[in-house]
Amino acid sequence: MSSRRSRSRQSSGASRISDDQIADLVSRLQQLIPEIRNRRSDKVSASKVLQETCNYIRSLHREVDDLSDRLSELLESTDSDSAQAAIIRSLLM
Amino acid sequence: MKTEKNLPRNPSSIKTRFAVKFLQAMNKMNKRKNPSTSMAVKYKRYQFIRAAATSSMASAVGPRRAWSRAVLRKMRNHTAIHRFPMNNKTRTTRRFPITRRKRSSILRGNPRQEDDLGFGQEDDLRGLVPGGQGMDFCRLLSETAHYIKCLKTQVQVMTNVLHHYST
Repeated sequence: MSSRRSRSRQSSGASRISDDQIADLVSRLQQLIPEIRNRRSDKVSASKVLQETCNYIRSLHREVDDLSDRLSELLESTDSDSAQAAIIRSLLM
Repeated sequence: MKTEKNLPRNPSSIKTRFAVKFLQAMNKMNKRKNPSTSMAVKYKRYQFIRAAATSSMASAVGPRRAWSRAVLRKMRNHTAIHRFPMNNKTRTTRRFPITRRKRSSILRGNPRQEDDLGFGQEDDLRGLVPGGQGMDFCRLLSETAHYIKCLKTQVQVMTNVLHHYST
């Protein structure tokens, strides 16, 4: 089995991207996605990982939209200078 | 895998840089306080905050990532278009994705299965990650991972800001 692999690597020497590299990147991506993070990587196809990645990115975008909306409503009604100082302090300590 | 705590140990981490830039943008917006609460003004404020979040994050990451470079480029073009509306050359050319030929065999396998749509998810991903159109597949995966980490940081900081404003 290993000899077959090295043969295919030699034959695809022209393309610098190996399947192993891609599989590694896909499994790293899987670790970032809460939906499929805990499933074994041999049980989740690369296609599924990509699909879940897209869904996750879309949900993060929606969260940013929602937070922007709520922040814009809050800004209408508050005077923010002291709040900002507190925020920066809490983030930096 | 190292666990990330909420408080950044490195003062110039991306999270901190993003937080500072984002708050600066919010501050600037606050100074031009508009007493009107019409729908148009509300929407504009929402758009501004969302744009400030995106650009602050790209700016905090800097030019070291393809996705952040793409966002920064878009911002510069956007500003240029608004300043010089007659200029037709500000549109950046879209590189043709040469990777259609070099697909990973992992995705090519079993294209007839119901949930294995073959190339569909990759195209979707390219549409979601800034600058995704011109990258090879390996770069796309790597950029996506970084982009997701930054989006999560963005959500975390914005949530913190929201909580502070609400108390």
